[in-house]
Amino acid sequence: MLAYLVKRVFQAIAVMFAISLIGFAIQDNLGDPLRELVGQSVSEEVRQQLRDELGLNDSFMTQYIRFLGNVLQGDLGTSYFFKEPALDVILKKLPATLELVAGATLIIIGLSVPLGVYTAIKPNSVLSRIIMGLSIVGISIPVFLTAILMIFVFSVELGWFPSYGRGDVVHVFGYWETNFATADGWVHIMLPSVALASIMLPLFVRLIRAEMMEVLQSEYVKYARAKGIRPYRIYFVHALKNTLLPVITVGGVQIGTMVAYTILTETVFQWPGMGFMFLEAVNRVDTPLIVAYLIVVGFIFVVTNTIVDLIYGLVNPTVNLARMGA
Amino acid sequence: MSLLSVRDLTVKFAMRDNTVTALNQISFDLAKGERLGIVGESGAGKSITGFSLMNLLSRPGYIDSGQILFGGQDITQLSEAEMRKIRGNRMAMIFQDPMVTLNPVLTIGQQMVETLRAHRSLSKAEAEQIAILKLREVYIPSPEERLNQYPHELSGGMRQRIIIAMALLLDPELIIADEPTTALDVTIQADIMELLLELCQSNKVGLILITHDLGVVSQMTERTLVMYAGRLIEAGPTREIINDPQHPYTQGLINALPQQTLPGQRLKQIPGNMPSLTAIPTGCPFSPRCEYAVDHCRKILPEIVRYGQVEVACHEVSRLQNTNFEEASA
Ligand SMILES: Nc1ncnc2c1ncn2[C@@H]1O[C@H](COP(=O)(O)OP(=O)(O)OP(=O)(O)O)[C@@H](O)[C@H]1O
Ligand SMILES: [Mg+2]
Repeated sequence: MLAYLVKRVFQAIAVMFAISLIGFAIQDNLGDPLRELVGQSVSEEVRQQLRDELGLNDSFMTQYIRFLGNVLQGDLGTSYFFKEPALDVILKKLPATLELVAGATLIIIGLSVPLGVYTAIKPNSVLSRIIMGLSIVGISIPVFLTAILMIFVFSVELGWFPSYGRGDVVHVFGYWETNFATADGWVHIMLPSVALASIMLPLFVRLIRAEMMEVLQSEYVKYARAKGIRPYRIYFVHALKNTLLPVITVGGVQIGTMVAYTILTETVFQWPGMGFMFLEAVNRVDTPLIVAYLIVVGFIFVVTNTIVDLIYGLVNPTVNLARMGA
Repeated sequence: MSLLSVRDLTVKFAMRDNTVTALNQISFDLAKGERLGIVGESGAGKSITGFSLMNLLSRPGYIDSGQILFGGQDITQLSEAEMRKIRGNRMAMIFQDPMVTLNPVLTIGQQMVETLRAHRSLSKAEAEQIAILKLREVYIPSPEERLNQYPHELSGGMRQRIIIAMALLLDPELIIADEPTTALDVTIQADIMELLLELCQSNKVGLILITHDLGVVSQMTERTLVMYAGRLIEAGPTREIINDPQHPYTQGLINALPQQTLPGQRLKQIPGNMPSLTAIPTGCPFSPRCEYAVDHCRKILPEIVRYGQVEVACHEVSRLQNTNFEEASA
């Protein structure tokens, strides 16, 4: 168990190295920090001198190692626009994004399991056909289009939900503000969460359905029938457990991916999270903020994947964590 | 009264553009505590017969006509809920490959307890006590510990013993075992068969043993059915079938046994292959491979006819039998 854990953590560190390298390469090539610092009017000589002082003329390796050292100390540079440490800017936006992802995740988990199981058990029923048809629609419409359509229908036409912002948020601890404490907060997070879930949910329904149908054909399910086990137990104990094992792995990766999908959703709904912030940073060529965003999102991705792998190892009796580490 | 009485059982598969007949008017009986073997080449319909008895055919297969009288009750007419109460309870099944039969994510204990509790109202502790008792009967060492183990922690032979114990959990009247040792190591096949025989005898359980192996059939069973392309072609006491096979196909099967061949001689295989269900020849389905076949055989399907203790579906046999009969009466 410990060996596996160590191995997995080492892999995660290796991936983070790769991400930091990419981040640094972007910083190195995109935008000239001097332009932001001194403007147009400074002579070339002074610029060269400043470059030397800032270490911009050092070799790539020296600069990268310096960058890495800073990153490890939590210094991801200073945002040109906000004139604040980039990490602070991102961390302030993080709760809004994580709550949006949490909302979408709740929708996905809450609906994909019952819908996937139902369509697997009754593949020919009318309802199953409708669900499967809708899932294709959901997958094929891009998130921003779903978002705009939803705003048009539910905000503009019906007036049920607000179309932008987080609404009334409540301070819980530190600087964390939550949507989940007020009715207004709930109303505001509805549409963005649904929009964000609109691609993953159909994917998950289809994934669970496909896995479940395969499991239902297995020998052990046939054997359970031959033992006279009641149908609900066959579906929810024998089949579902085996279905969800592979789904957990894929699911963890997808939740990580969803953090990146928030860029579109947040932009359409003017959701004050780090996805919205990232798009603004790109518009302003705020290189340190762009790089910091990539590194933070990469970090979230790596951490969720590692945790998911560990959970998978714990819930699957046939995975021997101790042996895998060896 | 016999425990099981199958009458004209016909099973079909609804394929995309046609319907194929996988079992064609099979009839046989099984007395209480009797052990019956079903033999035949791959694809003959042995497993389909076993699953039909459990009413567990999976799509696109279905029972088209015929009766399966189990304890006098036609189980083809039962609802799914009523049938569920029979499965695993009065009629148990042992599958071919113990490596894939048990659910990988449930412990042995969970899988045994759920079987008991599907049919009887018992507490978990009571069910576990019965499970331990049954595991002892199949000579599983330290059965208490096994209950907490997952299938992948046990060897194939051990798993098949556990599956045999599970079959016996509710003291069934009939066990259907579909090639229970083919997936196992050769060295333990005989042990498992011996165990199954011993338990069936001591518990007076009826057994339907599906196998390719005529040697096993002769050791394990009292009566034998020989199947070919979805039909019953010969049935009778195992001793008669092995020692004096009537149907040319059965003769071929027995001649192909290694014991029937002198050292150095090649095994005598029946030439050709069994027809697929979509291309069954007219007349006797075995006629294209039969050395005695005459025109008549290729045109008219032979009925299964009883001669003494044996039933055979073969024109040649009936001709010989009738001459014998005429000679005897002359
Ligand atoms: N799901 C299915 N759809 C169509 N045909 C099927 C299906 N299952 C079985 N069959 C056909 O039914 C016939 C009998 O199959 P069965 O499994 O009973 O053979 P068997 O005698 O048990 O053979 P084996 O010794 O290989 O186990 C075969 O010809 C097979 O092709
Ligand atoms: Mg078979």
